[in-house]
This record gives sequence, structure tokens and C-alpha cells, in this order.
Amino acid sequence: MFSSLTGSYGSTLRYKSVERIKPIGKHSLLGASGELSDFQEILRYLDELILYDNMWDDGNSLGPKEVFNYLTRVMYNRRNKFNPLWNSLVLGGVKNGQKYLGMVSMIGVHFEDNHVATGFGNHLARPIFREEWHENMSFEDGVKLLEKCMKVLLYRDRSAVNKLQMAKITEEGVTTYKPYSLRTHWGYSAFENPTVGAEGSW
Amino acid sequence: MTKQMVEVPPKGGFSFDLCRRNAMLAKKNEGAKAPSFRKTGTTIVGLIFQDGVILGADTRATEGPIVADKNCEKIHYIAPNIYCCGAGTAADTEAVTDMVSSQLQLHRYHTGRESRVVTALTLLKRHLFNYQGHVQAALVLGGVDVTGPHLHTIYPHGSTDTLPFATMGSGSLAAMSVFEDKFKEGLTRDEGIKLVTEAICAGIFNDLGSGSNVDVCVITKGDKEYLRNHLMPNLRTYVSEKGYTFPKKTGQ
Repeated sequence: MFSSLTGSYGSTLRYKSVERIKPIGKHSLLGASGELSDFQEILRYLDELILYDNMWDDGNSLGPKEVFNYLTRVMYNRRNKFNPLWNSLVLGGVKNGQKYLGMVSMIGVHFEDNHVATGFGNHLARPIFREEWHENMSFEDGVKLLEKCMKVLLYRDRSAVNKLQMAKITEEGVTTYKPYSLRTHWGYSAFENPTVGAEGSW
Repeated sequence: MTKQMVEVPPKGGFSFDLCRRNAMLAKKNEGAKAPSFRKTGTTIVGLIFQDGVILGADTRATEGPIVADKNCEKIHYIAPNIYCCGAGTAADTEAVTDMVSSQLQLHRYHTGRESRVVTALTLLKRHLFNYQGHVQAALVLGGVDVTGPHLHTIYPHGSTDTLPFATMGSGSLAAMSVFEDKFKEGLTRDEGIKLVTEAICAGIFNDLGSGSNVDVCVITKGDKEYLRNHLMPNLRTYVSEKGYTFPKKTGQ
């Protein structure tokens, strides 16, 4: 799962080190876009959920499917009360060898797929995913594909910043990596003196 | 005594007199809405390759949620060496490109020289700015003239961009993601056509306003090639082998 470390305040890029991907329990990763305060509220709800589950001390733990279902119910019920949590959530996880990846929107629309994205990623990244995703991708292939999509988003989304956070979840557990930047290419010869032939153009 | 009517010369440009009447009608009777116009919810792209310009477009014209024309032509002729893809209201793109095409033809007769892309660009942007965005035509203009290959985008309000690769229309984001990923300078003709086709297919399969087939137009110095329906990825799945027989009296 990839996200950029931005927290915007309207059109100001106010916070540039906001981690928007968090591990949930032992088996899931939750990533969010939208209202950060609502995301923090969701994390509190999930914290309570995981805590109560651990208190049973029965050797069983909530897997990604269960957490996803809980989130769907929460989002849908809040929407029904006309008080939505303004987030698009991505939940991914592995339990007992079974992989799971799903998305919940702020109105409770939820689905499960091999590749999901929120916000602008739906328009820019999903076409690339649909072309280039295939079964049994290795970790390096997956990272390369995601980096490709994040680069396009960096070029074409006005609220993007070149600082990415990567998180991985496997049967062994969660690994979060240090934030890093992508290399961008601006050296097209057509970008130097573009309007030399057409005055008044941009 | 007879009333003298003063002859007022007709004013040029759009007359907005009926807008007030339309607004009043819409308010008075809830059902008297103006008919929605046919738009080309579209994916159009252009890129510059080593010998010239390649333009691409899908072929679906929509009227709200309905597909009005499943195989329309969105790459319009402007001059023998200049072509223009149009997105937005179908009537506007058609009319504006025809108008500029005939103006350029007269200009060619007058000067005796091959038309330049910047001429078409200036004519189009002046017209669109004059109408302050009411002529809803978003265009990708490309061509090769004596000064070299050129690619421009023109927005409905009259601003223009000069770019090495460009996309417009509702499917522009899907197509742009393909371009941003795979575009390089100095592509060969086949690589360029393949990239343009991939970008239009991304628009066709990921955007609801675009669909059907892919049209491609390759313009090089002194030569142009219009590949109508270059790729048809959406053929009818089931066609009855028995065929259809109509009674003899059915139509001519």
C-alpha cells in the first residue's frame, strides 16, 4: 500500500509528514484519504474493537474481512444518520494465507478487488492497474507498479507531494518503510521554449 | 399617423434574448426543460513523434446517458496537413472546425502557400474567446508545416497549450496516465501509433463517456494517413449465423 504524506487544509498543503496508513491488529493495514480528524476517530473505534477482541484471550484475532465488515457498517450507519465520516478507506490484509483487499467510501459503498485506489487514483491509477496487474506478482513487481502509478499522480494531481510512505502486510506481519521520494523527469526538449512558434500560447 | 419603425442594423455575435425566456419557462412549467445537446463524452489524444504528429480519438457520441452515435468521426479535417480532434458539444466542434477549414482554404488561395498550424490555432482561439466559452469545443490540433510538427490543445474559453503530448475529454485522465507512464521523445511511427491506441483504449475501457472504436491519424511532412477504425475492440459478441430474412414488402 502506498500513500503520500500530505495533510492539506483546503488548498494549503499544511502537513507534510502525516502517516495515512496504519496497521490494525495483527492482520490488516488501513489507509485513508479525506478528512484526517475522521480518520483518527475511525482509528479510535478500531482500537477499541481490537482491544475487546484481545481481552477474550481465546487465541483468535480479527482478520481483515472482519475489520472490513465492521468499517462498512460504521460508514453506512453514519451516512444514514446524515453525519458521515468523510473518508475513503482502503483495507488490506492476510490471515491464514488468505489475502484480502477492499475499499469503503464515505457513503458505505464497499467492494473487494485486486487493486483499489482513492480519490484521483481512481481516474489515473486504476487504468494502469487494469492493464498491468496479474496474478502472482512478486514484491518488487508490485512496488514498481505502485511507484509508476504514484509518479503519474505526482505529475497530475495538484494536491500531491513527492514524499511517499510504503507499507507491506504479509502472513508474517506488517512492515512499514521509511518515507522516500520518486525521481521525476522534466527534461523533454518540447518543454524548453514551448511557444517559440506560437506566440500567445502557453 | 403611421408609426415610423427605425431600421436597426443587425447586431453581430450571439443574441442572448431568448435565454431569459428559457429560464422563465423552466421555472414556470417544471417539465419544459430545454433538450439536452449531444455531447461527445470523449477521449482524444495527440502526440509528437520523430517525423510528425499522431492524433487519436474514440468514436462514441453521447446524449446524456444514451449513446447517440456509436461510430462517429471525431478527427476533423482542417487542411491537407492539419487535423483537429474535437471534444465537447458535437455541433460546436463540427461547426468551428468546418468554419476554420474554409477560412484556411481561402487564405491558401490568397497566399499560395501551405497553411501553418499556428494560423489554425489563432483562428480557433480568437473565435472561442470571442464567445466566452459558450461555444463548448475542446480541441486537440495537430499538423506538420514548413516550421515543423506542432501539437496544441485549445480549451472552450480560448486558452491554448503547446505540448509534446496531450489529452482532452472525459477520458483524458485515463489516457494521460498511459502517456505519462510511457511517452518518450523521438518515438518511431509504429511505437507512436501503438501508444496512441493504448491511450485511447484506456479511455474506452475506463471511462463511461468513451467507447466503441479507435480512430488514428498520422501526419508527416508532405503526407497524411487517416486510419479510420484502426482498432475495433468492441465488436458485437453474438451475431446470428442464420442471418435475417425480411418479407418482400419491407422497405426499399
